[in-house]
Amino acid sequence: MVDFVGLYNYWIVVFLMMAGLYLVIEHGNLVKKMVGLTVFQAAVFLLYITLGKVRDGTAPIIAEGIETYSNPLPHVLILTAIVVGVATLALGLALVVRIRDAYGTIEEDEIGDQDGPAI
Amino acid sequence: MNDLLVLRIVTKILMPFILLFALYVQFHGDYGPGGGFQAGVIFGAGFILYGLVYGLDALRGVLSSDVLRAGFAIGLLIFAGVGVAGLLLGGNYLDYNVLSSDPVKGQHLGILLIEFGVGVTVASVMISIFYYFAGRGR
Amino acid sequence: MTAHLPALQVVITLLAAPACILVRGRDLTFWLALLTTWAAFAVSCLLLDQVMTSGIVSYELGGWAAPFGIEYRVDALNAFVLLIVSGIGAIVLPFTPRSLLIEMVGEKAYLFYCAFLLCVTGLLGVAITGDAFNLFVFLEISSLASCILISLGPHRRALTAAFQYLIVGTIGATFIVIGIGLIYGATGTLNLNDIAERLPATGYNRTVIAAFAFLIVGAAIKLALFPLHFWLPKAYTYAPSTVSAFLAATATKVGVYVLIRFLFTVFGVKFSFDILPTALPLMLLAVLAMFVASTVAIFQDSVKRMLAYSSVAQIGYMVLGLSLVTVDGLTASIVHLFNHALMKGALFLAIGCIAYRQSSFRIDDLAGMGRRMPWTMAAFTAGGLSLIGIPLTAGFISKWYLILAALAADEPLIAALIVISSLLAVIYVWRVVEAAYFREPGPGAPSGEAPLALLIPTWVLIALNVYFGIETSLPVGVSEHAARALMGAGP
Repeated sequence: MVDFVGLYNYWIVVFLMMAGLYLVIEHGNLVKKMVGLTVFQAAVFLLYITLGKVRDGTAPIIAEGIETYSNPLPHVLILTAIVVGVATLALGLALVVRIRDAYGTIEEDEIGDQDGPAI
Repeated sequence: MNDLLVLRIVTKILMPFILLFALYVQFHGDYGPGGGFQAGVIFGAGFILYGLVYGLDALRGVLSSDVLRAGFAIGLLIFAGVGVAGLLLGGNYLDYNVLSSDPVKGQHLGILLIEFGVGVTVASVMISIFYYFAGRGR
Repeated sequence: MTAHLPALQVVITLLAAPACILVRGRDLTFWLALLTTWAAFAVSCLLLDQVMTSGIVSYELGGWAAPFGIEYRVDALNAFVLLIVSGIGAIVLPFTPRSLLIEMVGEKAYLFYCAFLLCVTGLLGVAITGDAFNLFVFLEISSLASCILISLGPHRRALTAAFQYLIVGTIGATFIVIGIGLIYGATGTLNLNDIAERLPATGYNRTVIAAFAFLIVGAAIKLALFPLHFWLPKAYTYAPSTVSAFLAATATKVGVYVLIRFLFTVFGVKFSFDILPTALPLMLLAVLAMFVASTVAIFQDSVKRMLAYSSVAQIGYMVLGLSLVTVDGLTASIVHLFNHALMKGALFLAIGCIAYRQSSFRIDDLAGMGRRMPWTMAAFTAGGLSLIGIPLTAGFISKWYLILAALAADEPLIAALIVISSLLAVIYVWRVVEAAYFREPGPGAPSGEAPLALLIPTWVLIALNVYFGIETSLPVGVSEHAARALMGAGP
């Protein structure tokens, strides 16, 4: 039981990951797909941050009287990953906007109905 | 727009502080938490707030799309350029040690310039994204 | 300066991309992009030479020593992939200024070149880096840039294709980053070689196995391994032909490279294939890809979509080679990496020439094309022959090595399947040839050859197809070298 609760971060990670992936796959609305994708990526951020946490460690800023620091490397990596995520989100939403201009809708099935057979 | 008096005044008062805070996060990044990414976003957020309250046209008067486009190109060029400078001065790519006669000073200078480049790019990209989405449907 | 080649490989195009935004002029950015891509190609040639003569080249970015800083590590395999990516970029780029794409985007052509250069940078970066997280970042740079390129297609479906590519590509990349995170948790390092050294000490616990699964599935999405290929046909069909040519020849190859790198270098043959039964599923999927995708290709109406499905089938051959887990099989895989880039590049460029004269890619609309555009269709036919694997073409060499490897590994069934699936390629290539040469052109069909600026790059690739079909010492020599190193690497 203690193990189960003690690993709560990982349970949250798994839940968010699955929820995000489910949103991406299940929803026909393109914006909601992007939301799902963002949740999915956020789960990965949380996974990395969890890996970087050292028990009783503080924020990795050198200060007097502190011996144990959390591992700063995952934070740096995730900073980069967040920027990548923002870029993906911006590009995805820009595409959604263009799709709406071209089709007048952002529902996947309605888009599919509008185009005839493949060329 | 006139009925947003409180917002307009508050924005006007807040703007310099937001930008100043962005600069603090930018240049204090060597010693504490901070750096180009965060500073760029804060800097961009300041302008986006201005755009939200005073309208897009007013913001365009301050920063045109061309300026922003040049901004993110120049930011990236600063970043890559510092790397190349390290190369030309005899170190490896992105080696800051050789930027100054004293390696420690070189590291300071290098990270300062790199983060500045990052900050410029991030801020201009953020505002550009805002332009693109907010400028639609008008 | 030769010591800095690994950094220059990535930096040249990276610097040129923002410079394009500042320069803006349509012709000026083209020349800038052309010069830098050719420079990148020259650098990769020098790097390959350096690796083949003096062994692995290691470069420490920022002067930080290897396991802590980011290391660029070039061995025969990466050097070869770098050569493929920059070489295809250098050949495809001269095609662009006269292509429809640039005429369509007009004044914003500089943004196209910026995205193209970023895509090249990303793909080169993935191939050259020796750092797991750096690999993810470059992967995302290339996939975001290629997403922009795909969305430039003439039909509005290009937008939905690009969106799907973005979603699927991001999921693939996120899987890879989860895998990298778990490996980092297990070993405490991000340097690919350092990981390989430390993995045995973990006792291959559950974290490592989970990381392995995430990485392999992520890479499989990226390289469009059947049945995770569904994004590829749409993307390649609706992307502008130039972009299809570049991406079909490079993006999936880099995906295969990532798969090979993780299977053989990072996890090592012992863990990937002895402890875990990875070879059999990969082989099954590869064979399925060869047959299902080829069969689907036969029933396509659009030439472009047909070629896209054929790409999925060809990726099957590459994965099949490596799933034999022998030096010969791996050699065949890497040789096919190179040869497929040549033939698919040539075929999609030929499609680009057709696009210059007519907007439809339906096979029925290609009727009589052999007389209307003789040079273009001759190029297409030659590329098609290479795709089938007719002797004296590059395609034959890959199939030959693949069959030999299968026989050497005591898998005669696999060898037979390779031959049979090649016959499927005969059918779909024949459909186009039949329409082009044995049918009368329909009324009102446009006539006239594509401009020379489009034909020359196409024919350069065709010439390379023939050249490397006869003189095989470069691809086979390098591939064998790389395969030996990979099979010997790792614990």
